Amino acid sequence: MAQPRPDAVFAPWDDPAEVPLIQFKNVTKRFGDFTAIEDLTLDIYAKEFFALLGPSGCGKTTLMRMLAGFEKPTEGSIILDGVDIGPVPPNERPVNMMFQSYALFPHLTVWENIAFGLKRSDMPKDQIGDRVERMLKLTQLGKFAKRKPHQISGGQRQRVALARSLAKAPKLLLLDEPLGALDKKLRHETQFELMDIQESTGTTFVIVTHDQEEAMTVASRVAVMVDGNLAQVATPDQIYEAPTSAYVADFIGDVNLIEGTVEVQPKGADPTSVAIKWSPTEDPIKATADTPPPAASTVQFAIRPEKVAISAEKPEAANVMEGKILDIAYLGNISTYHVEVAPGLIVKAQATNTRRISRRNLTWEDHVYLSWTDTAGVVLSE
Amino acid sequence: MSRKVLILLPYVWLLVFFLVPFGIVLKISLSDIALAIPPYTPTLKDGFWTMVAGLDLENYAFIGAGAVFAGFAAIVLSAVMFRIVYPRVRRALVPDTPNGFFDTAAAALTALAVALVNVALVVAVLALLFPALQSFVDVPDFLYFAAYLSSLKIALISTFLTLLIGYPIAYAMARAPSHWRPTLLMLVILPFWTSFLIRVYAWIGILSTEGYLNQLLLSLGIIGEPLTILNTNIAVYIGIVYTYLPFMVLPIYAALEKMDDSLVEAAEDLGCTALSAFWLVTAPLSKPGIIAGCFLVFIPTLGEFVIPSLLGGSDTLMIGKVLWEEFFNNRDWPVASAVAVILLLILIIPIVLFQRNQEADQ
Amino acid sequence: MRRFSWFNATSLTFGFAFLYLPMLILIIYSFNESRLVTVWAGFSTKWYGELWQNDAFLDAAWVTIKVAFWSSTLATVLGTMAAYAMVRAGRFKGRGLFSGMIYAPLVMPEVITGLSLLLFFIAIGLDRGVFTIVLAHTTFAMCYVSVVVTSRLVSFDQSLEEAALDLGCTPFDAFRSVTLPIIMPAVISGWLLAFTLSLDDLVIASFTAGPSATTLPIKIFSAVRLGVTPEINALSTIMIGIVTLGVITASLITRATAKKAAADERAAAG
Repeated sequence: MAQPRPDAVFAPWDDPAEVPLIQFKNVTKRFGDFTAIEDLTLDIYAKEFFALLGPSGCGKTTLMRMLAGFEKPTEGSIILDGVDIGPVPPNERPVNMMFQSYALFPHLTVWENIAFGLKRSDMPKDQIGDRVERMLKLTQLGKFAKRKPHQISGGQRQRVALARSLAKAPKLLLLDEPLGALDKKLRHETQFELMDIQESTGTTFVIVTHDQEEAMTVASRVAVMVDGNLAQVATPDQIYEAPTSAYVADFIGDVNLIEGTVEVQPKGADPTSVAIKWSPTEDPIKATADTPPPAASTVQFAIRPEKVAISAEKPEAANVMEGKILDIAYLGNISTYHVEVAPGLIVKAQATNTRRISRRNLTWEDHVYLSWTDTAGVVLSE
Repeated sequence: MSRKVLILLPYVWLLVFFLVPFGIVLKISLSDIALAIPPYTPTLKDGFWTMVAGLDLENYAFIGAGAVFAGFAAIVLSAVMFRIVYPRVRRALVPDTPNGFFDTAAAALTALAVALVNVALVVAVLALLFPALQSFVDVPDFLYFAAYLSSLKIALISTFLTLLIGYPIAYAMARAPSHWRPTLLMLVILPFWTSFLIRVYAWIGILSTEGYLNQLLLSLGIIGEPLTILNTNIAVYIGIVYTYLPFMVLPIYAALEKMDDSLVEAAEDLGCTALSAFWLVTAPLSKPGIIAGCFLVFIPTLGEFVIPSLLGGSDTLMIGKVLWEEFFNNRDWPVASAVAVILLLILIIPIVLFQRNQEADQ
Repeated sequence: MRRFSWFNATSLTFGFAFLYLPMLILIIYSFNESRLVTVWAGFSTKWYGELWQNDAFLDAAWVTIKVAFWSSTLATVLGTMAAYAMVRAGRFKGRGLFSGMIYAPLVMPEVITGLSLLLFFIAIGLDRGVFTIVLAHTTFAMCYVSVVVTSRLVSFDQSLEEAALDLGCTPFDAFRSVTLPIIMPAVISGWLLAFTLSLDDLVIASFTAGPSATTLPIKIFSAVRLGVTPEINALSTIMIGIVTLGVITASLITRATAKKAAADERAAAG
């Protein structure tokens, strides 16, 4: 998961001259007493693959349905390509949606499903056939054109739904948990297919998902949502490596969170360095932060288990803790060690299993050392 | 725009052909019979206010509506008393031990007796305090009151009989191998699509004095002379059970079919005999189906007309039949309307209870 | 699977014998030679011939079919609209009254429905005849149609309609090209139910039919009051035959389509 993208040239969100394709301006949505979206402002740029990520009930689906036109914002406005789309009914929006249930029309064939939207556009009749054939080719469904939805497999249905929503060449394609109904292996293959299709068509994609791995894989930017608010909007690597809150750090991947207080730095020290006192007896944790929190404030130190090294002998490193192995989770390629470094405080460390199991020397109850560099973790102040 | 039409068209249709006609029934039930066309007075022709001034409750007094209300109030009061008394009696009779069917029955009967005695006391006190109430419950023509009571009796007994016959059928259907079930289900539904009238008619030939049943019994030597079944209440019970059986079987079957077979196995595994497993597991779980089925039989039976008029005798009194005769034979529209209004009021309680049961089931 | 005990077998045998024997006897005796319906005097189809000669019955049958056709068609249109309004239109003024009026005729005794409609027709000065029976049957049948269609609409995946809107349909177009084809089986069974109810109805038709129009149930009822006759036996046999054939065909078709769908799904998954 989460490789930093080598071609980090596509970053319209960093370019102040770029005009966003979609702008949510102070959008609030209430259902009776329940507030699904609260005063949300968000820009999405053309050609982005934008992921809305969050647990169920966080408002991500409501946000998407407002883009499609099935819900109207209670307050605020949504601008698409310079037009306020609030009063535009769903059938007149240049937006198409791929439904979680796929919503394929059971009484129509695959061909007719894909042609459904085109027949209701101003496309001349003789071009519809060509367009449908192109979509069938794009999604490798040529053989199944005459079948009904219940005569094809789940993965094929998913592709029909995609082809149908892409057929009208919308400015914006919405995908509501598009891979949720597929099994894990198929899901991985399809993620890359989705990315290829997005790239080759140049369409802006907004995807709703609760699967963080999926969001990290496909998206150019991820918005983590919680309780109708945006917790963080950033590229996948930033979300993973530099979460801005304990919630995001905890929601994405596995993390160790250690609470402590910031110590006063000696004069002349590096202005970005931070020392966190987490135990009355142990050495403080040394870390760095662009804008260090004020001394004596309570902070959380977050560090990913794979950035914590484990060894039997005491290593030379900025941070070293000693402890006892309580548990080992063997996952094949890697093992996660649960190490108790202080009463009640367990730190997880991950190690790649480069040797066969019989050759490894760490086991339960072993006394070990954990270590990491001063830039490996993030300091989060609440 | 289209949404408005969508709602308005069926809405207006029902208002015009359902609600307004019922309003007219209500109005005519307050009018008096007259030798005119239409055969009642006053009408709108007399002017609206004269008409309103001419309305009265005479017909209701005539058919004994007061007594019906009093009976109603007594039943409701008894039910309330029962609900208050029953849990206490049960706790007193069977403290904390897991109670079986007979314990529950004993507690229920005791609570019922207590409730009835209480209601009787209340009635006695009321009669002593307000002698004027006497005239309210006075029944000038006993025919109608008897018809309500007898309809109620016939509906209750035939509902019980239908349950008795329908439950084993539904149970056996739910226990049948799963590839039989669609066929069995169709066999139960098929009579429902067949003409009601024809199914009732079929019994005339069977039950009459020279009918097939008597022929069979005579030839077997079980009876010496033909039985009189047709034109008695027994024939009415048979007719009701026969025509309404699918309404009882289907909801019970639906409830039993949903039930997991392993529940009964678990009960037997935990020490129940087959019979006690049925009483403690199957029967309680099929309760919503039983209640739904009972209402589905009871409600339409109460207003039944075809069965009593074809299979019943001249002494079979049912409200539906009385209403029909009042209207077509006596041409007394105001009284027929009043009978209809009271019948509807009586039906409201079971209908409301039925709907609550359905909602709770969902 | 639990064993199928002799008790269950017995209750099924007796139960179905009770349900079907009376009709079976009726059918057998419709082929009886003798006018005396209780004495078997040899096989004959002469009562069917006589029925064919009986103009009164044929006229009544024709009226009944006309009434059933028109009322069930009207009821299907109105009932489907009502169901759609109840399930999809959300909140509107008088929704409670509306749903009450849809459900009330289902439990209303027929004598009351008939009486109230008759009094209504007289009050507005409408001459009674085929037209008034059609109005009356439409009113109570539309409620049954609406219940059947509602249960289908409730289980209908609403995202199908949203997908149609999303792909450029107007709400009406979405209903016509997506919703209606999918709920069609329920609409058709609603129509069939309405048709049967109308064919079957005696009480409401008796109230709302004028002297000019007589339906088959009215005719049968007045004949039956005088006792069992072989002509009625023959007529009943024909009616039972038609219904049985219809129901069996319908259920075979549904079962075949269900089987095919299941096979297709297996093929797609495999």
